[in-house]
Amino acid sequence: MSDRVLEVNNLSVVYQDSTVFGKKSNFQALTDVSFHIDHGEIVGLVGESGCGKSTLSKAILGMLDDAKVTGEIRHYTKRPQMVFQDPHGSLNPARTVGWILEEPLRIFGKYDEPERKRRVLDMMTRVGLDHELITHKPRELSGGQKQRVSIATALIQRPRFVVADEPVSALDVSIQGQILQLLLNLRDELDLSYLFITHDLNLCYSICDRVLVMYKGQIVEQGPVDEVYEHPQHEYTKALLDAVLK
Amino acid sequence: MKQYLKDKNFRAGLLITGIMLCVILIGLLWTPYDPNAMSGSEKLLKPSAAHLFGTDNFGRDIFSRVIQGAGATFLIAAAAVAIGLVIGLIIGGLTGYYGGVLDEILMRISDTILAFPSILLALVMIAILGKGKYNIIIALGILFIPSFARIVRSEVAKQKNTDYVRNARLMGASNMRILFLHIMPNIVPVLLSSVAIGFNNAVLSEASMSYLGVGVQPPDPSLGRLLSEAQGYLFQAPWYAICTGLAIILLILGFGLLSEGMGGE
Amino acid sequence: MTYVLKKTGVLIISLILISLLAFLAFQIIPGDPTTKILGTDYTPERAEALREQLGLNDPLPARYLSWLKGLLQGDPGISYSYFMPVKEVMSGKIQVTAALSLLSWVLVMLFSIPLGILLARFEGGHFERAGIVLNQVFMAVPPFFLGMLFTYLFGLVLHWFMPGGYIPFSQSVPGALGYMFFPALAIAIPKAAKTAKLLRSSILNEMNKDYVRTAYSRGNSRWAVLRDHVLRNAMLPVITYLAMSLADTVAGSIIVEQVFALPGLGRLLLSAIGNRDFPVAQCIVVIIAFVVVFMNYLADIITQYVDPRVRLS
Repeated sequence: MSDRVLEVNNLSVVYQDSTVFGKKSNFQALTDVSFHIDHGEIVGLVGESGCGKSTLSKAILGMLDDAKVTGEIRHYTKRPQMVFQDPHGSLNPARTVGWILEEPLRIFGKYDEPERKRRVLDMMTRVGLDHELITHKPRELSGGQKQRVSIATALIQRPRFVVADEPVSALDVSIQGQILQLLLNLRDELDLSYLFITHDLNLCYSICDRVLVMYKGQIVEQGPVDEVYEHPQHEYTKALLDAVLK
Repeated sequence: MKQYLKDKNFRAGLLITGIMLCVILIGLLWTPYDPNAMSGSEKLLKPSAAHLFGTDNFGRDIFSRVIQGAGATFLIAAAAVAIGLVIGLIIGGLTGYYGGVLDEILMRISDTILAFPSILLALVMIAILGKGKYNIIIALGILFIPSFARIVRSEVAKQKNTDYVRNARLMGASNMRILFLHIMPNIVPVLLSSVAIGFNNAVLSEASMSYLGVGVQPPDPSLGRLLSEAQGYLFQAPWYAICTGLAIILLILGFGLLSEGMGGE
Repeated sequence: MTYVLKKTGVLIISLILISLLAFLAFQIIPGDPTTKILGTDYTPERAEALREQLGLNDPLPARYLSWLKGLLQGDPGISYSYFMPVKEVMSGKIQVTAALSLLSWVLVMLFSIPLGILLARFEGGHFERAGIVLNQVFMAVPPFFLGMLFTYLFGLVLHWFMPGGYIPFSQSVPGALGYMFFPALAIAIPKAAKTAKLLRSSILNEMNKDYVRTAYSRGNSRWAVLRDHVLRNAMLPVITYLAMSLADTVAGSIIVEQVFALPGLGRLLLSAIGNRDFPVAQCIVVIIAFVVVFMNYLADIITQYVDPRVRLS
């Protein structure tokens, strides 16, 4: 077994919507999901919206409060982080860029203030943010700048594994390329592994090493990108690829 | 703040409240006459250049007394709003964040309290606590808790399901840290409007209670108490009541406009 | 129907809770009422006998139940300051407060509904702008101050009524109502200003909806659209608000009675609080609280009856 960062075995998630009167409506969001991610890999998770991609990412990071989660999720790295789809919602609107970036370090609690400031500026340089933006509020930034801040926030605690949930789909097409390149560069610089969630099959093909195809809460097919794209086994995968390639 | 300045109501409210506060602040250091200095030769004088608002039955300068009373009324209102706001923030924050049965019960109670005219509840509390300046502050402060708690609760409940809160949790922030450092700064704009409404209500309640004789007691000053004094001289010195009343109206109007300009009721 | 039943259940529970809270609130006040009642006649023996007579030695739950029973039978105890049944102390006073608050409530409707409609009708014009500014000022005027202005202007200067005077209902109903007109007006004006404002924004809100645009496109005039289409829907929130504002006019009466020296519940409540005559204060608070809760109940029922959409949500 090579160097693992994440292993998920037989994961199932049921949303329970219980009312005051005890009536319950259940929704099976994930069924028996198993996969793993190795060191340095970018693993794509594709599927149409509503198929359970977001539920899977939240389950992996322990963010499902109101659902019944069964199965095994094993992290081999500390403090996995997430880059959210909408950078506008993932940044605290009432705080400045500097405060938002420093907060993970304050919570981490191992560095004194000058060291925290140094790390914030260092990270801003890495993600390509002008240092003078440190006093700006998120609403004063462009979409691309916001997503850079969002990436910097996720990376400043120096995680080794990051879930990127459609990190570019909310951005202008002109900016998407820059942000993707940034994510690729950062993987090399900071020794990261990604679970890359997307509905864009072309995008997945161009940056991922392996791919998981999800359909109605199940992983119907997984494997190296080239293999899956060239020899899809499952009907759903074929349909997906047909739709894109035609 | 900047976006509020575009609003006509907000600008008018800012102007009125600003002028009132300036007068009150100056009044803390200096008033044209000693508000309590009596003068046997200057009883019940009409408004003039020497006495802008005239004099009362003891020959005291009403302008100086109104400034002093407005200051006292404003401080009482501020203290009552502060009590209601702080306790409301804590209760509303915790119930909004954690939800659950306690949340249900507390909100039902606050709904019931909010259905009652506040003056009636204030009178009951005064009956229990006794009269006087500090009891008025405590009574009004307690009465304001439900409305603040309700607003904070609904805002916190809205904010707690946002991505920035999920992100903070992912970074290992504690619940208290998320609630007070991450969420609270975001509800300040909404709260500002309720604070203005709170001042509006507090000034009206103080004036009513003190006018009825169950609020601020002599020798403490307040606008309500001045009005109750002025009533006895309504025929000889109508300007006493009118000038005091105008000060109350301006305070209430200013805060009302501010609140409306900030998107309140 | 289940809605009405559910609301009625909530109403009954609220009434019980209010009576319990009002009872407890006045029990936690320290002090022995017997010292007050006996005054200079005070001896420990007499005090003990009186305590026994008033039932003050019974345990708290027993006292609550006997008080509640008395309240329901129209005998809510003995006044400490007058040492006579609360019922007698209050006789005639409820009518004054009830008439005053009802009269001002009617005035609120008479002023606010036409005013709100006119403000919406002339949206954007000079009339509306002036009306809104004036409305805003009237909202800020405390009723008791308006009462003082009326006393000065109509009582002392114009002699339309005698300040401090009052004719009981038993002598002359028009006379009594005459003395109540200005107090009622003082209570009604700020409330009417708030209601008119609500109605105006409710109408303007409704005017922006699709069905109104359709009505316009058929060539209807603004008045016709307002009258035939908008008003019914726009009145909904206002009806609820009006039903609940009876509680506010009752509260307004408490204060304004003091300005005009009307012998109603408000003056009695204040003197009861001043004299620490808690059986009287307790009884008045419970009566007013019952009115408030009942009006809220009615508001809920009316809203549901007029607007079936509420049932679904």
